[in-house]
Amino acid sequence: MSGEEFVPLSLTPMLIGVLAAVACALPGNFLVLRRQALIGDAISHVVLPGIVVAFLLTGLVAAAPMMLGAAGAALVSVVMIEAIRRLGNIEPGAAMGLTFTTLFAAGVLLLEQSDTSSVHLDVEHALYGNLESLIWLDAIGWSSLLDPLALAGLPPELGRVVIALIGVIGFLWLFWRPLVVSTFDESFAQAMGIATNRLGVALVMVAALAAVAAFDAVGSIIVIAMFICPPAAARLMTNRLEHQMAWSVVFAVLSAVLGYVFAGYAPLWLGFENAVSAAGMIATVSGLILALAACFAPHRYRSGAPAV
Amino acid sequence: MFWNALTLQLGYNATLVTIGATLLGIAAGVTGTFLYLRKRALVSDAISHATLPGVGIAFMLMVLLGGDGRALPGLLLGAAVSSWIGLLCVSWLTRLTRLSEDAAIGAVLSVFFGFGIVLLTVIQTMGAGRAAGLEGFLLGSTAGMLFNDALVIAGGGALTLVAVLILRRPMTLLAFDPEYAAARGINVGRMDLAIMALALAVTVIGLKVVGLILIVAMLIIPPVTARFWTERTDHMVLISGLCGGLAAWIGASLSAVAPAMPTGPIIVLSSFALFVLSLLLAPNRGVLAVYLRHVRFQRRVHMRQGLLALAQGQPIYEAFTVRLLKRAGLAHADGVPTDDGRARAAKALRDEKRWELVRADQAFESAAALYDGLRDIETVLTDDQISEIDQRIGGPQGVAS
Repeated sequence: MSGEEFVPLSLTPMLIGVLAAVACALPGNFLVLRRQALIGDAISHVVLPGIVVAFLLTGLVAAAPMMLGAAGAALVSVVMIEAIRRLGNIEPGAAMGLTFTTLFAAGVLLLEQSDTSSVHLDVEHALYGNLESLIWLDAIGWSSLLDPLALAGLPPELGRVVIALIGVIGFLWLFWRPLVVSTFDESFAQAMGIATNRLGVALVMVAALAAVAAFDAVGSIIVIAMFICPPAAARLMTNRLEHQMAWSVVFAVLSAVLGYVFAGYAPLWLGFENAVSAAGMIATVSGLILALAACFAPHRYRSGAPAV
Repeated sequence: MFWNALTLQLGYNATLVTIGATLLGIAAGVTGTFLYLRKRALVSDAISHATLPGVGIAFMLMVLLGGDGRALPGLLLGAAVSSWIGLLCVSWLTRLTRLSEDAAIGAVLSVFFGFGIVLLTVIQTMGAGRAAGLEGFLLGSTAGMLFNDALVIAGGGALTLVAVLILRRPMTLLAFDPEYAAARGINVGRMDLAIMALALAVTVIGLKVVGLILIVAMLIIPPVTARFWTERTDHMVLISGLCGGLAAWIGASLSAVAPAMPTGPIIVLSSFALFVLSLLLAPNRGVLAVYLRHVRFQRRVHMRQGLLALAQGQPIYEAFTVRLLKRAGLAHADGVPTDDGRARAAKALRDEKRWELVRADQAFESAAALYDGLRDIETVLTDDQISEIDQRIGGPQGVAS
């Protein structure tokens, strides 16, 4: 394929997909290890009401209020889960399921009730995003990468995902040791004077930041899949956290690239006319990688379990 | 208008939807109880999301075979098969690899759902218009419900209820004590799968009404609500079914009155409203009851400390204690005891001494175990026992004034 076609049509969606996948997979490692994997699920559901409320308050379909609304909704849901769990003495899984379904229902209802038909805001879009539409119209080929005029026309989602990724990496780099210690031995971390509760909330908020930025571009399916599948597959590959992080990044990149290629080109190779959903395909590929890891990865068994 | 809807007087279609939704709500509430007691509420999330590829594949197969792609029984069958596969994937990942159940649930739900979306986009390209009904499975659509659809939902709900009735004893046993259940000869793995299969049945039946994203709420919220009202499993199952049915009934009626309101979300929000009411107002476990209990406990502690301080002639600095004593007519505003207060204080001090002896004496061991600093000694010992202790203490001593 030539640069003239690839750069404007496929480079930016692919890049955004890859960056979003990595931004979600990195905090996902800690969520999976802390058995909080479904927090990612909950966050990606409550992003919808957050965005709808932000739209109703400001009347704008702009990035800043929507990101704020989504982040606010994530915070509200975390507080709500914790409050229901403590006040009602309810097990965390049920509290989580109760919270995110209620907030999601409220979001759908608000969306249907308000006059949002004129703007590009609907449930389907929220679920599976619109990765294919993030094209770079100003590009004419590989040379555009050096052309400042064309670079100014890059889709704004790219910038947001980059910022989110930098934020995620910065957080992990700054709090690496406390995060690791509190993930593996919470009481030891408390004895060392680490505020484990606050750190846990911070981790969830960073995950929410990644989710919101990714959600904007690729929809919530990829967000959930990337929070869980690459880290889970990486968990089966190694016993060292650093290696697991590296594997998860590799798997995330692989899922995004292969998923995008399969979605965009495989149907054409098979003789169909239209491409299929890239977001769905990326999630599918990440699941296939996890399935392969579950069948063949070197560290797939629990330590101490007999090798079957 | 709303009353008409509640009493099923709003026309054929609205009545059909309301009855179907109510039956579904009851079945979901009853089934969800066992899921909740087994602490596996979120498995239903994986089940519901995993239905989507099955719906897509069933649609494609039916179209390829020349039939109507939107025939509900076929779609539901496809949904059941694919969510069963998803369920097996969750249990396989949890059992054979080191991944924990929540990671397995998340992986299965996102991957199956993603694959389902891929299939939906494929269907869209197969021929525009024919796939219009499938999007309705995401959030549910009751507007175009046919009599046959309602029949499928009602029949499925009734079958599920019968199955729960038959399996309720082993399922209860499993929820509370899996080891004992295994020792009684119940196949734990298979019974777990049976619970899941019931949840799956409810999910598949409910797809059309509330959609696959929100059906989870109908399985989770009613049992959580019911848990506030009772400590008995059989009651909990009944209350949960009642809550589920009530929420669905109110929700379906509301959405019949205001057609702009989609049924699924309204049902979920009604269910949540019932939950909030229970969280606040339930006797014993509700927030209000817990708060009142705490206030009463606080008063008793302050009262006891205040009386002991009066008895020993110590000044009381705690303003709340003085207020309590004054309100009970036991002390003046400056903390000086009234005659009544002096008498009560003397008794409090004597009771303290009695308790001291009771706790030191092996013969009163069972009574001493009940000591918590607040219990009145008369509720634990008989008058004879108390007078025996009093003899050991000796004659009355004056209260310092």
